[in-house]
Amino acid sequence: MNQVYNDPIGHWVVIVVAMALLLFVVLTATAYTVWFERVALGRIQRRPGPNRVGPFGLLQLAADGIKLAFKESFVPEKTDKVLYVAAPAIAVAAAFLAWAVIPIGLWYNVQYWIADVNVGILLIFAVSSLNVYAIVIGGYASNNKYSLLGGLRSAAQLISYEMSLGLSLVPTFMIVGSLRLRDIVEYTVHWGPYAGPLPLIILTPIGFIIYLISAVAETNRAPFDLPEAEQELIGGFLTEYSGLKFVMYYLAEYVNMITVSALATLLFFGGWFLWGVPPVLAFLLKVILFLFLYIWLRGTFPRLRYDMLMRLGWKVLLPLAMLNVIVTATILVAVQG
Amino acid sequence: MPDEEKTPEARPEHPTPLRGRDEGVPPKPEGQGASVASDIGALAKGLKTTLGEFFSPPVTLEYPEEKSPRSERYRGRHYLRRYENGLERCIGCELCAAACPVGCILVIAAENTDENRVSPGERYAKTYEINMLRCIFCGYCEEACPVQAIVLGPEYELSDTSREKFIYTKEKLLEPLPPDVQARLDANK
Repeated sequence: MNQVYNDPIGHWVVIVVAMALLLFVVLTATAYTVWFERVALGRIQRRPGPNRVGPFGLLQLAADGIKLAFKESFVPEKTDKVLYVAAPAIAVAAAFLAWAVIPIGLWYNVQYWIADVNVGILLIFAVSSLNVYAIVIGGYASNNKYSLLGGLRSAAQLISYEMSLGLSLVPTFMIVGSLRLRDIVEYTVHWGPYAGPLPLIILTPIGFIIYLISAVAETNRAPFDLPEAEQELIGGFLTEYSGLKFVMYYLAEYVNMITVSALATLLFFGGWFLWGVPPVLAFLLKVILFLFLYIWLRGTFPRLRYDMLMRLGWKVLLPLAMLNVIVTATILVAVQG
Repeated sequence: MPDEEKTPEARPEHPTPLRGRDEGVPPKPEGQGASVASDIGALAKGLKTTLGEFFSPPVTLEYPEEKSPRSERYRGRHYLRRYENGLERCIGCELCAAACPVGCILVIAAENTDENRVSPGERYAKTYEINMLRCIFCGYCEEACPVQAIVLGPEYELSDTSREKFIYTKEKLLEPLPPDVQARLDANK
């Protein structure tokens, strides 16, 4: 394997195969995340959820996908045609780009990644911020006041939460001393008798809480789904989208959801490490638990009002994140000297 | 004095007293009102509630397979009944058609003869048609019938593929009643 990987042509073959595999796995995972969300939300509301198409409704997404794919590819009048078509493409591209640097432990000594970048987490933040362009451009190009309002809300929301999201992870980098995701996952401690992997949530619990809240806002999920806001904005930036262009936004939302869940797993819960559980299963289990948490939040909390969202972002999370950085830095200096 | 009667004290006691505006609401915490801890407690309480619902069985019925029970007085599709000896109950009096507020019943009567005896009375319904698209399922026909010939059964899934099929003819209306409806009618005899 190493020989193939070190050969220039073999290297590209491996990368292309890995990318194709990733596309397949993430798309499948997205479909079943949607299924999982619909069933879990149904159970929270004391109903069974989709259970008609296939066993346990598992083929529901295939049915929905086929239906949406066969819809007319419609571009409304008086829209900015180029931007209108480009915006959903940006959303999907940005969502998948983040997976380029996310490593997955397949077995005890086998890991999967497309690019092992030493600033991996920065790259993910840069790419996931692109999602806002998709929403703002889509909202602008639709030539619809609700779409535009949704887009503007999204921009304001992203600015409010991007900073605390970034700052929430700074203590992690300071403790580990690396931005490479694999280094963060494989962080080990030598504390007296215990020497081994340690989930970083034990060291930065506040960072984790800030990350969790900011990530929900970042992915535009309930209770921070103001850009969509079906009740007030009739779908916000999605109002004028239908068929496959709608699917692309939808797909991007769920891929982003899986991305932030995978990141939470990698950054705070030791990634694919779990005592006595094979790595790939441990990783999957943790990601699913995070996905459930997001669905659980959506099933529980009502949408925040806009000023509440801004207040929470600027007046609570951001100062808390800064304080967390300062306190962690102080403790690190005190401990390590 | 009429004014005195309007005071709340003069009203009769409600059998189950309605909850007052200020009752049942937990008292606000002392001091500066809500605190961060109580806010987080409220969030946790909400999460606990939804998780409890998640692990409870669904309350819905899986409709096409499971159906909710109909009341025994439910007014669904019509049936024309027969006597136990096989004779039709309907005597062609057209009272159902007269009682029908939307005029969806058509009865054309004919004389019974000894060779062709359909009902015990003088006449019988040669044609009995109900336009189910017009019918409002009020049940007045059932009330008007002097011989309890027409009854409304429990079926409510009456969709079909053409308008013509919604004109229920006598053959269709004379189909045997569902056993539970038959049992109820026998009990009320």
